[in-house]
Amino acid sequence: MNETLKLTLIAIGILLALLTIAAGLIWVERRMLAAWQDRYGPNRVGPFGILQVVADMIKMFFKEDWIPPFADKSVFILAPAIVMVTILLSFVIIPFAPGILVADINIGLLFFLAMSSLGAYSVVLGGWASNNKYSLLGAVRGAAQMISYEVFMGLSVMGVVIMAGSFNMTDIVLAQKNVWFFIPQFLGFVIFFIAGIAETHRLPFDIPEAESELIAGYHSEYSGMKFGMFFVGEYLGITLISALITTLFFGGWLGFGFLPPVVWFLIKMFAFILFFILLRASLPRPRYDQLMSFGWKILLPLSLLNLLVTGALVLYFT
Amino acid sequence: MKGITSILKDKFGEVIICAQKTKDEFPTLWVHGDHIIDVLHFLKNDVDLPFKMLYDLTAIDEQARKFREGQPKSRFTIVYQLLSFGRNAFLRLKVPLISDEPSLQSVTSVWLSANWYEREVYDLFGVKFTGHPDLRRILMPQSWEGHPLQKCHPARATEMGPFQLPDSKQEREQEALRFKPEEWGLDKNLGGDELMFLNLGPQHPGIHGILRLVLQLDGENIVNVVPDIGFHHRGAEKMGERQSWHTYIPYTDRVDYLAGVMNNFPYVMAVEKLGDIEIPDRSKVIRIMLSELFRISSHLVWYGTFAQDLGMMTPVFLMFNDREKVLEVVEAICGARMHPNWFRIGGVAQDLPQGWEKLIRGFIDYFKNKLKEYDKMIMRNSIFKARTVGIGVYSTEEAIEWGITGPGLRATGFDWDFRKAQPYSGYEQFEFDIPTGKNGDCYDRSLVRVEEIRQSLRIIEQCLHNMPEGPYKSDNRLTTPPRKKNTMKDIETLINHFVQTTWGPAIPHGEAFCGVEATKGHNGYYLIADNSTSSYRTRIRTPSFPHMQLVPLISKGYSIPDLMAILGSVDYVLADIDR
Repeated sequence: MNETLKLTLIAIGILLALLTIAAGLIWVERRMLAAWQDRYGPNRVGPFGILQVVADMIKMFFKEDWIPPFADKSVFILAPAIVMVTILLSFVIIPFAPGILVADINIGLLFFLAMSSLGAYSVVLGGWASNNKYSLLGAVRGAAQMISYEVFMGLSVMGVVIMAGSFNMTDIVLAQKNVWFFIPQFLGFVIFFIAGIAETHRLPFDIPEAESELIAGYHSEYSGMKFGMFFVGEYLGITLISALITTLFFGGWLGFGFLPPVVWFLIKMFAFILFFILLRASLPRPRYDQLMSFGWKILLPLSLLNLLVTGALVLYFT
Repeated sequence: MKGITSILKDKFGEVIICAQKTKDEFPTLWVHGDHIIDVLHFLKNDVDLPFKMLYDLTAIDEQARKFREGQPKSRFTIVYQLLSFGRNAFLRLKVPLISDEPSLQSVTSVWLSANWYEREVYDLFGVKFTGHPDLRRILMPQSWEGHPLQKCHPARATEMGPFQLPDSKQEREQEALRFKPEEWGLDKNLGGDELMFLNLGPQHPGIHGILRLVLQLDGENIVNVVPDIGFHHRGAEKMGERQSWHTYIPYTDRVDYLAGVMNNFPYVMAVEKLGDIEIPDRSKVIRIMLSELFRISSHLVWYGTFAQDLGMMTPVFLMFNDREKVLEVVEAICGARMHPNWFRIGGVAQDLPQGWEKLIRGFIDYFKNKLKEYDKMIMRNSIFKARTVGIGVYSTEEAIEWGITGPGLRATGFDWDFRKAQPYSGYEQFEFDIPTGKNGDCYDRSLVRVEEIRQSLRIIEQCLHNMPEGPYKSDNRLTTPPRKKNTMKDIETLINHFVQTTWGPAIPHGEAFCGVEATKGHNGYYLIADNSTSSYRTRIRTPSFPHMQLVPLISKGYSIPDLMAILGSVDYVLADIDR
């Protein structure tokens, strides 16, 4: 009984922490972008403007929950839920520290890949159900992009799996006791990171949204809290990819002792989150076909090569 | 060498009715409407040093004009203004139309670019062009009644009677807005595939203004683009006919609203030609300095927003900050920022303020290093290059055929800059280079503009070092009120002062064109004075109008993201298209 209660509390704790982080990231991103762009960003509500998030949430919750009359109603409602659910479920496998994780399952990494594939549905269905040409174009782009980049994403982490000998996330972290995997698996790390950006469709890979072309792409027609779910989903996605990079390539909670493990985890994770934001501030957006050919012609061969070499070396040395 | 007038007279004889003398001293010939195509065809293709560019095509409603001596009888006059790069000269042809329901052969068979110009003349004057492929209204709504630039059309809402919108009219207006692809010359099918039509604009983040583009799409690939302009039409030309010569200056500011005083420039120079007004050297240099400041400011807006069109988020903020620095200088000198309304007929409004050198020097020092940073951030970014190199290409020949001037022309490798070719206001005394591109693609157009910012800085620096002393405004009776101390002494001056400040000057009758190398291309004002306190006809030839006409041609076969790159690299301003 106690064990169940503990697990439940951890799950709820993680959920609340994640939602807070995702919401807080909205503020962090706006302030950081502003700092890099010679302007102030939100600095009026509360200390350093941090309550801006609260103000925005209140606004979003009380906005009219409008569904366009021409939309496919049920699918339209379902789409933003999918993005939240799949990403939040993915967090189940992340070991934040020894003992702080929801499910220690032996197919951990595969579970994440499965969830992220499902996440593509939110973009496709959202764009399709909106019954708007801009949304449709965004959805088609999003589907193509996410499905292609999933391939390299899966392949790029296989090197890690080979080296750790397990799909279980805790095992993967423990396998990095001696050396963090980003050193032997540097190529895998780079590919996973790029695929991660594409997966969360952040600039420079925000092609499904592409403000200057498609207005907001697949979520053009969304407003109120439904839009809010896409919005928070994006930040949850960044958090998820950052947490995964930390776990898979940077030793998870492993650190240098003087801080508790969970703090090490968070430090690493936030470093990657900031890098995501910095990327957004600095790069233009490639064209859709350029993105695809970059993926299939460069990233796919590279990740296959990485897999091949890692496999051969591991076989040779064992 | 024989002048073009005698060449045409020898070749066409009776077809050339007569020559007209104008204040701008362009050869101006009246031609019989029946033979206009032959004459234009000859001028474009067969004559030595041909007139390759149809620079402007417009009309004059002659019904209320008083001073027309030496000109043939005409109700509507169609004016063709041609430009020969070989001769470095303009030529003006006029066709008299006598009928009240005038029509003329379309010259789209000679110049494709005549298409929009003829639509404009049809829209605003009611002149029909036979053989035109698509003679619809272009600036006014399709449901508009009357032709606004006819003298009988009211110029103010107060002359028009109360506005009413009964249900029947509302339904009619709404029905007129329904999208029917056939009316736009678009086909629903292509080789058995059904195509998608996408309505881009009038409100859209990627088009910088209220422009509507109807895209015919095969997937994301563009089969055709049809621009729908006129949303920003404010009747700037019609206003010219009711404002006094002086009070029209603020309206010009708002034509290319990013270029501020650069719009005053051709207007005041054209009026100065009409009135034979000499202006002091100091005002010439002040004009050049402010124009170049505005060139920098306008190019900065383009630079930032272009990067934003390609998904870059940061440059636009940095560029607008720098533009703010330009506008601070402008504000210190003129007192206003975007629309300073600063040039006057005969000079500028006031002398430069004390300490202006320090401001300009400060700006130049600050800005020089910034440009290097931006080069690194944008022009040398590989994704930026991948998005712009080889996109939206046109050749020099195409550019000339379509009336492209400015950076868009120079990006094709043709080093034609009106500041060098036909210097005005003393540009011949400045040292600067004409940056050119090679391929005429989006990237080269960007390169040319970025380099132009550097050249403008050079010019401003030379202004700083060589600002002449002396008055800032001419003492001509037409431009400047008499000196106060004299008005108190003799009645003539007092009367003059009274007339000048109440009615404004009456510019002696005549016609003059004057153009400048504006930020977007060549911007020209063609003014007709009729011994009156306001102009009889104000024609504003803006660069963005022909540039927009070329967009469909260079967008076909590309995809939507490329269209954004093309639109950004063309650098238009909607008010400059629609006036």
